[in-house]
Amino acid sequence: MSDVTDEKLVGIVLVSHSAQVAASVADLARGLAGGGKAVPVAPAGGTEGGGLGTSAELIAAAAASVDRGAGVAVLTDLGSAVLTVKALLAEGDELPGHTRLVDAPFVEGAVAAVVTAATGAGLDAVAAAAMEAYDYRKV
Amino acid sequence: MLDADFFRRWMTATAASVDREAERLTALDSPIGDADHGSNLQRGFAAVTEVLDKEAPGTPGAVLTLAGRQLISTVGGASGPLYGTLLRRTGKALGDAAEVTEEDLAGALRAGVDAVMALGGAAPGDKTMVDALVPAVDALGAGFGAARAAAEQGAVATTPLQARKGRASYLGERSIGHQDPGATSAALLVAGLAEAAGE
Repeated sequence: MSDVTDEKLVGIVLVSHSAQVAASVADLARGLAGGGKAVPVAPAGGTEGGGLGTSAELIAAAAASVDRGAGVAVLTDLGSAVLTVKALLAEGDELPGHTRLVDAPFVEGAVAAVVTAATGAGLDAVAAAAMEAYDYRKV
Repeated sequence: MLDADFFRRWMTATAASVDREAERLTALDSPIGDADHGSNLQRGFAAVTEVLDKEAPGTPGAVLTLAGRQLISTVGGASGPLYGTLLRRTGKALGDAAEVTEEDLAGALRAGVDAVMALGGAAPGDKTMVDALVPAVDALGAGFGAARAAAEQGAVATTPLQARKGRASYLGERSIGHQDPGATSAALLVAGLAEAAGE
């Protein structure tokens, strides 16, 4: 597997209990990624009815929309967002192949994932960059 | 022997009791959770009975697999993937058989409960649904009535525990003194099993 590809970028899905949080973090990550390649990023926030919660349908739709064949990295906030993605991955047929739940802080991990994906890096490198965001100390 | 109709009755009975008890489940979820457990499960199990009516799966395994998938899709809270995984994994463990024995069911439910513990990372004593499910599966060899009693006792016994998983765990010692809503709804699920068996 090549670490750098010209066309196929890793897709990023951001799952939050809140639609606004997911959409805003997606905007933030895209904005901070700057002038690199346009990474497919899709928010999956809240329930289908617009409330706080997690929607398996929105997650599956978001993952399908960012799948370019190079894998999909899914970042979540907490609780049911984590459990729903894990349950969908265990099902085996609702998410695109090579979809991975990445253990990362939501905001910092999303920025690291999108910036890394914009370089054309593969799923392993994108996931590693997002996970490394846990090591970024602020004080 | 237990056929697909038995498993459909289990789901229907559970949907009815969750519907009856929805306000109580939400009230239990108010002091230590986010006050949506009853309404989330009510919506999920209503969707389960609807899809079972529509698709009429023909084997025990297919009934539970479909029900589990529906819960994951419709609940919207952590109980969706947890109960969904419980039923789906139990259904997969039952395979394609048209009828299964009580021993088959006990073994499959054990696999389902193990999957729930793996998914959520909870162990007995963490003040979760696991505290009702594990005693129920342990008691199932003595019959469905024994399993129901064990689940109810397990749910009540969560009251003095301190939560170590989920949102309630942020409350630390303040979670002590409240019966866990997840263990309470798990006891309803086990009671539905006894009801389907006519016990």
